Amino acid sequence: MAGPVAFFAVFFAYPVAAIVGRGLDVGGAWQFGRIGEVLGDPDILQVLWFTSWQALASTALTLLIALPGAYVFARFDFPGKQLLRAAVTVPFVLPTVVVGTAFLALLGRGGMLDQLWGVRLDTTVWAILLAHVFFNYAVVVRTVGGLWSQLDPRQEEAARVLGASRFAAWRKVTLPALGPAVAAASLMVFLFTFTSFGVVQILGGPAFSTLEVEIYRQTAQLLDLPTAAVLTLAQFAAVGAILALHAWTVRRRESALRLVDPAQTARRPRGAGQWSLLSGVVASVAALILVPLGVLVQRSLDTPGGYGFGYYQALQSQGAGGGTFLVPPVDAIWNSLQYALVATAIALVIGGLAAAALTRRAGPLVRGFDALLMLPLGVSAVTVGFGFLITLDKPPLDLRSSWILVPLAQALVGVPFVVRTMLPVLRAVDGRLREAAAVLGASPLRAWREVDLPMVRRALLVAAGFAFAVSLGEFGATVFIARPDNPTLPVAVARLLGRAGDLNYGQAMALSTILMLVCAVSLLVLERIRTDRSGEF
Amino acid sequence: MLRLEGVSVRFGARAALDAVDLEVADHETVCVLGPSGSGKSTLLRVVAGLQEASGKVFLDGTDQSGVPVHRRGVGLMFQDHQLFPQRDVAGNVAFGLRMRGAGRAEQVRRVAELLELVGLPGAQGRAIAALSGGEQQRVALARALAPQPKLLMLDEPLGQLDRGLRERLVVELRELFGQLGTTVLAVTHDQGEAFALADRVVVMREGRVAQVGTPLEVWQRPASEFVARFLGFDNVVSATVSGEVADTPWGKVPVVPGALQGECRLLVRPAGVRLVPVDDGLRCTVRARTFRGHHVAVILEPAVGPPLEAECPPAEAPDAGATVGAAFTAGDVVLLPPEPDRA
Repeated sequence: MAGPVAFFAVFFAYPVAAIVGRGLDVGGAWQFGRIGEVLGDPDILQVLWFTSWQALASTALTLLIALPGAYVFARFDFPGKQLLRAAVTVPFVLPTVVVGTAFLALLGRGGMLDQLWGVRLDTTVWAILLAHVFFNYAVVVRTVGGLWSQLDPRQEEAARVLGASRFAAWRKVTLPALGPAVAAASLMVFLFTFTSFGVVQILGGPAFSTLEVEIYRQTAQLLDLPTAAVLTLAQFAAVGAILALHAWTVRRRESALRLVDPAQTARRPRGAGQWSLLSGVVASVAALILVPLGVLVQRSLDTPGGYGFGYYQALQSQGAGGGTFLVPPVDAIWNSLQYALVATAIALVIGGLAAAALTRRAGPLVRGFDALLMLPLGVSAVTVGFGFLITLDKPPLDLRSSWILVPLAQALVGVPFVVRTMLPVLRAVDGRLREAAAVLGASPLRAWREVDLPMVRRALLVAAGFAFAVSLGEFGATVFIARPDNPTLPVAVARLLGRAGDLNYGQAMALSTILMLVCAVSLLVLERIRTDRSGEF
Repeated sequence: MLRLEGVSVRFGARAALDAVDLEVADHETVCVLGPSGSGKSTLLRVVAGLQEASGKVFLDGTDQSGVPVHRRGVGLMFQDHQLFPQRDVAGNVAFGLRMRGAGRAEQVRRVAELLELVGLPGAQGRAIAALSGGEQQRVALARALAPQPKLLMLDEPLGQLDRGLRERLVVELRELFGQLGTTVLAVTHDQGEAFALADRVVVMREGRVAQVGTPLEVWQRPASEFVARFLGFDNVVSATVSGEVADTPWGKVPVVPGALQGECRLLVRPAGVRLVPVDDGLRCTVRARTFRGHHVAVILEPAVGPPLEAECPPAEAPDAGATVGAAFTAGDVVLLPPEPDRA
């Protein structure tokens, strides 16, 4: 446990504390007055208000659209189910920048809807909400649907036999069992949308700004550190509260439910009602998830001279970007892959150690550590990135010019995923199997290799895949610390989008498509080795 | 083979094992018998090295303090088998051989030999999940036997099996251990299992040894009220012995000549309670009767004293509600030491 704690202390707590301290500590005196001042500012109140209500609206909308999907994936068997399930999950591991870009291509100026019907949504909040649904659909389907598929349908049948109508049986038996899972999923969605950065940055324009975007603006553009510090604290408090709630519902979800093999509960839909529900879900998945992804690909191929790979070719030359880059954009692919590999390795080591520690010990301290591990998901990535810049630039830890800074920041976001994936599997390994091996003559190390490793190997691969995809798409922190001559894919996309001109726009689309493909491929590989036991996401 | 000297284990304030001394000779089968929570499983874990304990454990005369689990060379069959789910039957049985660096050919030969021995020939390639409870049992046994441990320990070896299978396996196990000359230390809460399997029985109570003896000795002469009650004998009362008669709540009860005089506890085995005409014995009402196959257990409500259990042939069993007399046979009366800690 000491390793992960030290890691988090040095690379998470220290930078965040330093930047908050720098903001609030002027000339040796703590300026707590700033807190009231900033939080009293009408503009900031506006941001706080928007952040909260868009997160609530996004969560409600996601639940509304994804719950029927969860039911369909849990209870129905239909051709192409595996493929559809994978497709639904792709957005979750997509970089926010790509999601923003895809919706821009769909709903923005000159976007597909604009061309077809003259409809533009990029100036309205709807673009943000839809992008959030797109992004979080999988969270609901995975969390709720995963549990739903393991609920024994015979419980509902028992209620029917006792005289409950079909709806009453669902309401009295299934809904209470699903409740904690729905609550946990809602909280995750709320958390992700509350701290949304890339999507809002690209789609929000000047009109809409979340806390995270505002922190970025205050830090990077206005250089108003005190305001940024207060905002970071505000977000920190909100996220802490959300996480505490999440931990509580997750624990309740572990309450004794009788679970069965999901393969036994799904069957082919019967009757017009079930078929129309299925087609409704497939249609909504197509409209919300497949179309934006498709448009992204289409835009990347739609050059002024007709369809072709012009934009992709342009990525290879440095000058084409109009001086945006010191290196050809295509180099960003290679950079991203290298960073992501290193970040994955770090996340696996730290996350694996943390998960092992959490399995072996119990008590309030450990539960607190468990919750702490989730914090990087919610704490302003912008703050972390900027914190890295100002704290890790002097001895004993002078890493400012080192390439390791980027993977370190990305690993922070990957660790929670590794822990969440490994924990259920590690907990499922019966300690007495190790004892059985020891009695038969296996040394402790040998027993670990012979007993634990074969069981954990799959979960380890899944965790690695998640960490890889997440660090590949990390934007908020990377945008600060990636060096101009070594941009990552999301940073390159954002820079291209920030420039005018068809060529830049087309190149952004092309780069996003490449990023999407890399993420999708790693996800498809995961889907093949994924077991139902592994992972709470 | 195995010797324990003053072995104690404490979990917090509770002593799971309290200064236990025990000896198991070569080729002997010893069964530790006791209710759950009496420290039986802890005893096996101490011998295997899975549980820290004070006191000394000797195997073949060598002190085992500081010897890690995997170097002790004992076999342990876990209560719920703990077969490795990701390996097939052969992979499980060969595990101990692999740990000892046995060659491929030897592994294959030994696995076939052992599966033959436990009555599962040709099961090498089967998945663990596809085995029935009884088959898992046999695989677990083969796995424990494969590395030829100097001492084989069994934790509730037949615990989860149904009755018929259990009775058959007890006989098979006994034959097998005799044939292999294995030294066995088993624990169980089932007296039938212990008596059928063991050369010697050790009865445990709250971490202490309550009685050691052959199955016959323990059955005939329980050393204490606890052992008597654990074996299912409930006809226990306080008594004062003078001469060949004991004074009890049930009246005068005959005892064998030479019995220790004075205050004691007294057990009458149900077989020693004879049903006689009302005027010839203690006047009782028949409260209940339970058919037990070769005999009927009759619960009597005596005019004085606590309820009394009697055993009688099915043909002679009185109906519930009948009034009968009860008389006692001296040979089935056992005198137990007074138990100060039991009211």
